[in-house]
Formats: sequence, structure tokens, C-alpha cells
Amino acid sequence: MDAMIKTPVAPSAPRIAREKPLKIKARNVDVYYGDKHAINDLSIDIPDSAVSAFIGPSGCGKSTFLRSINRMNDTIPSCRITGNVEIDGRDIYDKTLDVVQLRARIGMVFQKPNPFPKSIYENVAYGPKIHGLAKNKAELEEIVVTSLKKAGLFEEVKDRLDHSGTSLSGGQQQRLCIARAIAVNPEVILMDEPCSALDPIATARIEELIDELRQNFCIVIVTHSMQQAARVSQLTAFFHLGNLVEVGDTDDIFTSPRDKRTQDYITGRFG
Amino acid sequence: MSGTYFVILAVLVGAGFLLGAQRARGLRSDTGSALHSLPAYHGLYIAAAVLTVMMAIYVMAAPLAEHYVLRQAFGAFDPSIIAEQLQRDATLRDIQNLVAGSYQGEPSDTLKAGAAAYASASSLAFWGLNGLGVLAGLAVIFWGLSRIQPELRARNQFEHFVKYVLLACSAVAVLTTIGILLSVVFEAAQFFSKISPIDFLFGLQWSPQTAMRADQVGSSGVFGIVPLIVGTLLITIIAMLVAGPLGLFSAIYMAEYATPPIRAIVKPILEILAGIPTVVLGFFAALTVAPLIRSSGQSLGFDVASESALAAGLVMGMMIIPFVSSLSDDVINAVPQSLRDGSYAMGATKSETIKKVVLPAALPGIVSAFMLAISRAIGETMIVVMAAGLAANLTFNPLAAVTTVTVQIKTLLVGDQEFDSAKTLSAFALGLVLFFFTLALNYIALKIVQRYREQYD
Amino acid sequence: MTDTAIATPRRIGDNDALVARRYRAERRFKFYGIAAIAVTAVFLMLLFADVLVKGLPAFTEHRLTLPIKVDQAAIDPQNSKDPKIIRTGDFDSPIRRAFRDLFPEVTTRGDRKKLMGLLSSGAADDFRAMVMRDPALIGQDAKVPVLLSDDADQYLKGRQTGVEKFPGQGTMTVTPEGEQFKLTSDGVALPSPGDIIRMNGGAFRVLSLSNAALLAEQVMAPKTPAPAASGAWDIVRFTVPENNRRIDDQEALWLEHLKEQGIAESNIAWRFFTSGDSREPELAGIRGALMGSILTLLVTLFLCLPIGVAAAIYLEEFAPKNRFTQIIELNINNLAAVPSIVFGLLGLAMFLNFFGLPRSAPLVGGLVLALLVLPTIIIASRAALRAVPPSIKEAALGVGASHQQAVFHHVLPLAMPGIMTGTIIGMAHALGETAPLLMIGMVAFIVDIPTGFTDAATALPIQIYLWSDLPEIAFQSKTAGAIIVLLAFLFVMNAAAIMLRKRFERRW
Repeated sequence: MDAMIKTPVAPSAPRIAREKPLKIKARNVDVYYGDKHAINDLSIDIPDSAVSAFIGPSGCGKSTFLRSINRMNDTIPSCRITGNVEIDGRDIYDKTLDVVQLRARIGMVFQKPNPFPKSIYENVAYGPKIHGLAKNKAELEEIVVTSLKKAGLFEEVKDRLDHSGTSLSGGQQQRLCIARAIAVNPEVILMDEPCSALDPIATARIEELIDELRQNFCIVIVTHSMQQAARVSQLTAFFHLGNLVEVGDTDDIFTSPRDKRTQDYITGRFG
Repeated sequence: MSGTYFVILAVLVGAGFLLGAQRARGLRSDTGSALHSLPAYHGLYIAAAVLTVMMAIYVMAAPLAEHYVLRQAFGAFDPSIIAEQLQRDATLRDIQNLVAGSYQGEPSDTLKAGAAAYASASSLAFWGLNGLGVLAGLAVIFWGLSRIQPELRARNQFEHFVKYVLLACSAVAVLTTIGILLSVVFEAAQFFSKISPIDFLFGLQWSPQTAMRADQVGSSGVFGIVPLIVGTLLITIIAMLVAGPLGLFSAIYMAEYATPPIRAIVKPILEILAGIPTVVLGFFAALTVAPLIRSSGQSLGFDVASESALAAGLVMGMMIIPFVSSLSDDVINAVPQSLRDGSYAMGATKSETIKKVVLPAALPGIVSAFMLAISRAIGETMIVVMAAGLAANLTFNPLAAVTTVTVQIKTLLVGDQEFDSAKTLSAFALGLVLFFFTLALNYIALKIVQRYREQYD
Repeated sequence: MTDTAIATPRRIGDNDALVARRYRAERRFKFYGIAAIAVTAVFLMLLFADVLVKGLPAFTEHRLTLPIKVDQAAIDPQNSKDPKIIRTGDFDSPIRRAFRDLFPEVTTRGDRKKLMGLLSSGAADDFRAMVMRDPALIGQDAKVPVLLSDDADQYLKGRQTGVEKFPGQGTMTVTPEGEQFKLTSDGVALPSPGDIIRMNGGAFRVLSLSNAALLAEQVMAPKTPAPAASGAWDIVRFTVPENNRRIDDQEALWLEHLKEQGIAESNIAWRFFTSGDSREPELAGIRGALMGSILTLLVTLFLCLPIGVAAAIYLEEFAPKNRFTQIIELNINNLAAVPSIVFGLLGLAMFLNFFGLPRSAPLVGGLVLALLVLPTIIIASRAALRAVPPSIKEAALGVGASHQQAVFHHVLPLAMPGIMTGTIIGMAHALGETAPLLMIGMVAFIVDIPTGFTDAATALPIQIYLWSDLPEIAFQSKTAGAIIVLLAFLFVMNAAAIMLRKRFERRW
């Protein structure tokens, strides 16, 4: 195991993977939903402090793989996973690993904004509270405010922190969910098509935010929109029918894809 | 009288169907023209018409005929006899027995005259009603036959008829509600003409025994509903203290933790419990739980009534566990998975997710489930009839005997009764209170659930 | 605008204490759920166990088998073989005589009366029925089953007191001492006060112990005053004191004797299913109540199935979306929550007082229960109709069927299993319903088996309620027995509903 991690990155690996430290490493991952083989023998390296985008047609397994990174698939009884996923060299499917603490280190933002039916403040404070991150009220408030600021939402909601999270607009809700995710200071943020339910202006705000958050977090984003992948990500992985077809620097993938299927997809032949 | 009429009705309806269908078939083969509707629909068309007309005649004429017969029969009697309900019924029975030849003893002359009048009027009414029915039925058949043409839209007409029948059937639910309201409101109004509603609603003493004789002591008939309400609430609160936590935690376990095989075992347990007749639970409460509570209470030095509110409340709580759990199970399942995912993704444990996200989100639904359960408990009769007391004690002591609204309704109305005494009528006033109370709870609960569903749809 | 100047983010430390506490809370919470379900399950099991323990004895009864000569002179002197004459014959005295013959030592009037009290007052009726069935018995010697009274029956079922017996060791001698007797034995294992010593056909109750002798009072006189050898006498100990049971020591000893002789035997009490209610617990049965329930449910089914299905079809398929439809729907939902006793008030005020229908009749009971279960059936039928995919209806409409033809020819038949399931569940609900039937007077003491819809009748749950109020312990057992029958019916109905659902479950 250790030998594998220390293996120097191959010269053919993407530029970004050579520049930044390795954060997530997956080897020979297969995922099954009951009889359905959702992901087939997937291996990938995801760098820290960068945005990696998963693209591909619907049902290609990109969301499934994303949910395997923070073990959200555990909540689906019929789901079965084989292979290795490591974060900072630690196997996350190790029996001794505490899934609750794992998820605290990996934030997630979902396709549809899902604020809890509580106040804005409570939404953001939820994570720090359950993980005991704040020693007192003042500290908790500081975390909430900081997180809302980082999510670029604070100015809009500072006068109504006690309003329900569900009263916000769609874009604001999604930024609230991002604030909620970063309030526990995760190392990785997974985003499952975070803009698919939003209008273009809200989408632009979120993309801007993602670009800023890249400084501190390893961000993995699943997206339907190739333009979005091109705009925000440094590394792009193309999925097709449960297979990881191609990984590379975003610039390379969109200008000179090596695989025929990638080419067809990004030129709009299918998808 | 009615039996014959309905036999005639059935025969004519059948005949109408056959004749109509035959005529239509004949029309098709004679003229060779295509019918708009199948021959069977022509038959059904006539049959439906016969049925409608003859039923209408029966509904209108039968009460008239009966009224006529009674007037003739009582013509010979003293008006005072007719005015008095009991005497009137007795006389009528005598007349009927005399006509049937089963009268015991020697009839008086008035009775003989009455019987003779009754017999002749009856036979007149019999022939009149049935004759009218036959004539009308035949007339409708001939009218129908004359209308049968290839282009008659018999199917559409018949389907129109069916639709009205269906509508009438669904209106039965409304009629039932109206019937309940009428029967309860009328008698309750009579009651309130004797007893002031203020005294009824705010009186602290309930003692419905009215004096049989004027000089009887201690039975003035006091109708203050407060002790009954307090007793009902006491038992309901005990029941909810049992059913609330047990039902809610069962529901949470079933919805969030249980694997399918466990669900397959636990769900039937709750369904069986829900299907046990309340009279069985009442038996258990009265003969097993109450003595158990009494003896264990006494061994601890408490003074426990043999029909303690605690026993009835505990068993009633068991009865409503399935209500709370199945309704809560539904609302918990209706909480979108995305909220749970959001919480899990934050690194929350299952119980944290349930306590801090799922339950707050499901709160309106759970509240309405509790309200429905409370309404069930308030309206439940058999458990309290068998296990709770009759004495209207105004107390909140769960070890004392209390009585409830339903127990009083049952006690006041079962057995011999005169229908104009305040005692009997008070039961309907109690019924009115019960009806509105449960209806209001149910209505509010339904509204809450509706709004809650809309929120997540 | 966005503040990215926040210093290095705090990482979640491995706060083991906190994590441990959170997992403890998790386990506790899960345990609450399991405990809630366990408490419910335990309650259910206790309920069933209680009913079974109390109720199973109701399905057996104790009978004596007595040899009786069926005397022609007392029953049919002219040998007419006419049932009318046989019916009026004297069947009582032969039984009494035969029973008395078993206890020749009982001579006083009081004791004889007590002895006869052990027999059921229905014993002669059984004998009469036996002879009526088989007139050839007249003049013959017959083995006649004679029913015991409820108290005797309960004693033999062991529900009055426990009985322990010890064989006597050594020789027992009795010497009178004033009113009392002094018993001495040269063996060991002396009895304690309250025990009964049986010897020589008599019995003594031990009052006190003094040295090696016992002071005792006589319960039954022995045939001889001679000493009894080891093994010829025994000690009988009743675990319940005499004052706390309805059978005293003397009666108990008679019954013990009958049991030991094999004269009293336990049999299946078919009577429980074949006879109507009675004031005598040992004669009471549930047939009347069962018939009442069946008649009532027939009326209910006949009314609420067509009306319920028609209403469901209308609301699901034909109703326009208007205010009236909304009112009907709201009404149905609210009716489902109206307490059942209020339906009883409706029955009383409307059907009995206004329309003048007969009291206590299955007809009225059925009417009231039909209105009560109508919402259930409508709701279930609507769900069943909704479950039929619209494509089926569309296919029928596509070949030119009218809307009604599509519904009645295609949708309704496919929804029928669901409707039947809902109906059975509704009927099961109606079968267990008690309160509304109380209101319309189906609560009287009715001995005759009802045969028509307007006969006075009770229903099974009402019978349970009536019996549960009676003081005799035998009636308590009958109550639980009736509950077992009721639950068995409900179980069968629900099982049928589940099977129907399973069998016709369709995956579209």
C-alpha cells in the first residue's frame, strides 16, 4: 500500500497532478447497485487545492463515484463497492474508519439545494455543533459568519439570520448549503451538479465561489455542463457507461481529447 | 304490502328490459338499419325508466297509504289514546293481532270496529298502491317501447342514469353526516330547552339521575359536563403518555433503522394490535390490568380505585400506538431523502440526523398524527365502559375512578328510557360535544397534513 | 466581497471523547426504538396469553357418566313414542337418584341438597334431548352424560384451588374427644393445620397439632371408626382457604372422589358453539351471538359493498372537480374519524325513533355498521381503482368504448381484488365493533337463536361485553372463550385479505 502511494507520478500524468499534492487516490473501484454494475474498474488521482470536474452523459457513474468518496453510498442498502479509495493515503473503506468523522472531513453539496427547514444560522451552525467545533456561543457565531462570508452569502442575509433557510432563493439556498459544508472546515468538498437547479446568474456566483474556495480545499465537481467544467476546473475526467474514459488537464481535454468518445461528447455528438 | 310491490317492481323491470331489447333487435332485422346503441341498452333504458318511476311512486305513496290506514283504524277511538305514544302503539298492536286472529281474550267493541276499519283500509291501500304501481310500470314500458328507434341514444341515456345512481351512492356519505347532525342536534336542542347550555358546559357536577317521584331525595339531575371532560382528558393524557413515546419511537425505528426483514416482522405486530376489537382490550383492562394495578398500588401503599383511570388509560394507550406509529411512519417517510443526505454529508450520525433534521421537518405531520390519536382516544367507548368508572369525580388523580363522555352516553342510553327526559336527552348533548370535538381535531389534523404534503411535493 | 483572508482553517481534531459520546447517544436512541417495539410486542403477547389462559377452559366441560335406567313409566307410560309426550317426561329424578346412589353415606337433607348443587340445572335437558333423539333407549339401561355445575366444573379444572395429595404413612387411629377428634399416627410426615385426612370413606380437617397427635374436626363421617393402615388413608391439601372459594371442603372431597373413580371426565364443550346465552354459565354458548353477528354483517356487506364501490367509482372516474365533490371527499375523510358511538346515536335517533325500525334487530345493526365502514370501503376502493394504470382505460377508449364501458368492463374487474381486500378489512372492523350496537339495543339477554333480520339479537362482541360484567368466574372464562372465537374469525378474515392481496398483486 505505502509503496503505491509513494510511487512517483508518471510523466504522462496531468500537469496539475504533478504541481499539486495528491489528495484522493482511487484504484480499481467497482460499484454495484444490486445487479447493476454502475462503475467499472475505475482508477484516478485527484490533486489537492484544485478543482477537478467529472463530466459525462447521464447515468455514466460520475455521481456514483462522487458519492463513493464520502461513503454516502452506505445509505443505499443494495450498494456494494470493491477496490480502493484513499484520502491522504488512508483507505476510507477500512473497517476501523469512522464514517461519521470521514464525512466531517469531506463536505458535500447536492444537486438540489437542500437546506434544513431551520433558520439560516442553525443551518450553518449544525455541523460545528454536532462536531463540537465551537467552545462557546461567540466562537460558534464567528464560525457561522466566517462561513457565510466565504460562501459569499453573508451580505445578503446578515439581517435575517433567524429566517428559515427554505425562504431563500434557489441560488442563495445553494450558497447556504456551501456555507454549511465549509463551516466544519472540510479538506475536500464534493459538489454534485451544484448549479443544475439554478439560473445563469446564480450559477455565475457559485462558479466564482468555487474558484475562490479552490485555494483552501480540494474540490471535486460533477457537472453536466462542459462549459462549466472548462470554466472552473483544472482537471477533467470524462465518464462513459460506468467507465472512466479519460483524465487530463482541463485545457488538454477540451482542446485535444485522446479518446474518440470524449471527442464525440465534447463536440456534442451525444450526451 | 311492500313485499308485493317490490316483487311487481322486479317483474316489470325485467319485462321492460326483455321487451326493450327484443323490440330493438326486431327493429335491426326488420329495417336492416344500424342501431345507435346495442339492443341490450334499449332494454336497460326501459328498465331504468320503470325502476325510477315505480320507486318514486313507492316513496311518495307508501307513507300516504300507511297514514290513511292508521287514520281509518283509529277513527273509532278516543283522541286521548291516539295522542299518547305508548297507548297508541299498544292499541295498534291489539288491532293487528285481532286482524291476524291471534288476539288473546275478548276484544272490546271499539277494538272490533277499529280492527274492521283497519282491515278494510289495509286492503284498499294494498290494492291502491299495487294497482298504481302496475299501471305506472306498464305505462312506462309502453312509452319506452314507442320511443325505440334506430337512432335512439339508449346507451347515453342509460349511462346518464347510471351516473346519477353513482352520484347518489357517493352522496350517502354526506347524508350520513347530515343524519348524524340532525339526530344529535334535534335531541340536544330539546335538552338545552330544559337545561341551560351555560350550566351544561361549565357546571362542576354531573348527576343525571332525575327524580322518578317528586319527593325523591338527592336526584335533582345536575348536568355539569366539566367532570366528564376532565375524566376524558385524564384518561386521554395517560393514553398519550403511553402511546406518544412508544408509537413515535416505533415509527422512527421502523422508518429509519429497521431492515426490510425486521419491518416484515414488526409491521404485522402493529397491524394485529390495530385490528384487535376494543371490547377485547376492555376485557383485558378490566379483568387483568386493573386488578394488577390495584394490587401493586396497594402493596406500595397507594389507595387505588378498582376502576382506576390509570388502567383504562394504559390499555387505551396501547390501543392507539398503531395509530401514532403508522401515521408518524408515513410522515417520516415523506421527509425528502435529500435532507437526510445533507445531514449525513455533514458527518452527522443517524440519531443526530433524525433528532435535528428529520423530526423537526416532520413535526407538523407528527403533531397531526398525535391529534388524530387523541381524537381516537376521546371517542373510544368500550375500553372505558368496561374499565373506567361511572362516578363523575372531578379529579386529576390517575389512581381514582373517573368517568368519560362516552361512558355516560352509553350508560344513559342503554336500557329502559323515556325519550323526553333530560337524562336521556343529555346523552345526545354529550354526543354533540363529542362529535364536534373529534371533528374539529380531525379537520385541523387533516389540514396540517395537507399543508405539510404540499411543502414537500 | 468574499472573505478569503481567513487564516488556515481549523481542522476537525480527533476529539475521541466527543465522538464516543455521540456514538453512545446513537446507540441509546436506537435502543429506545427497539424498546418501544419490544414493549408493544410484549403487551400483545401478554394480551394473547391472558386471553388464552382464561379462555381455553371454556372449550371443555366436566361431565359425569351415570348408568341410568330410562324408565318407561316416568317418560312414556303408554309407549306412544310420541315426541310430545316424551318431552314432558320426568328426566330430572332419574339423574338425581343415580347421582345420590354414588354417595350412599350422604343422608341429611342439607347435605343432599348440597350434593345435588354439583349438578347443572341443564342436566335433565341433556338427558331429555338424548332420549328424544333415540326413543329406542326407553326401557333400556343407558350411560347418560350428566353435566356438572359451573362451580364444580371450575373446581375440576383446577381454577378454584390447587390440590396436593400425600399418601398416609403408618397406621392412623381416630378417637373422639368431645366435639372434636384426636388423630394419632405411628408414621412420619404429619399434616399441617387445614389439611384434610381421608380415611374409611370419611374425612377430618386438621385444626391443630399437639405432640404426635392431631386435633381435627369431622368433615364427613367415616364408615367405620377402625384405624386405617398405612396407604389406606391420605392427606389432601387445598392451596386456597375454604373461605376464598365457591366450593367448600366437603364438595371438593366429593368431586375428588368422582374424579378418582373416573366418573367425572373432561370433554370438549360443543355446547359452547351450539347453544345460546344462558343464566347458567355451564349452559351458556355463543351460537346466538354468532348468528346475530353473521346476520348483521350480511346486512352490512349487502349495503356497503355496492354503495361503497359505486361511490368510489364516481369519485375516482366521473366526479367533476367542483365544490360538491370536494365536500363529499372531505366528508368521507371526516366520517372515518367520527367516534363509533356517535354512529350509534344516529342509529338510535334516526332508524329506531324516527323510522320506527325494530330495536335489537340485526337489520338496524347492519345499517349502522354499514354507514360506519362505508368510508373505509370507499377509500380502499378508490385506491384500488387508482392503482389500475390509465393505459388500460385508454386502450378501451381507443377502440371506441364509452367512458362507462371502459370503467365497468376493464378498470373495475382489475380493481376487484383490491376492493375485496378493503371490503374484508372493513367487515373485520365491523365484526369487532361494539359501541354502536349497544346504542341500538342489541345488548339484551337473548336466549333464542335469531333466525331473521328483524329478530332480537346480540352480536359476538356484545356477548363478550355482557359476559365480562358477570361475577361468576366461569363466565369470565366464557368471555375469554368468546374472545378467542372472535379473534379467530378476525384472523381468518385478515389472512384471507392478505392472501387475496398476495395472489392478485400485479406489477404493472
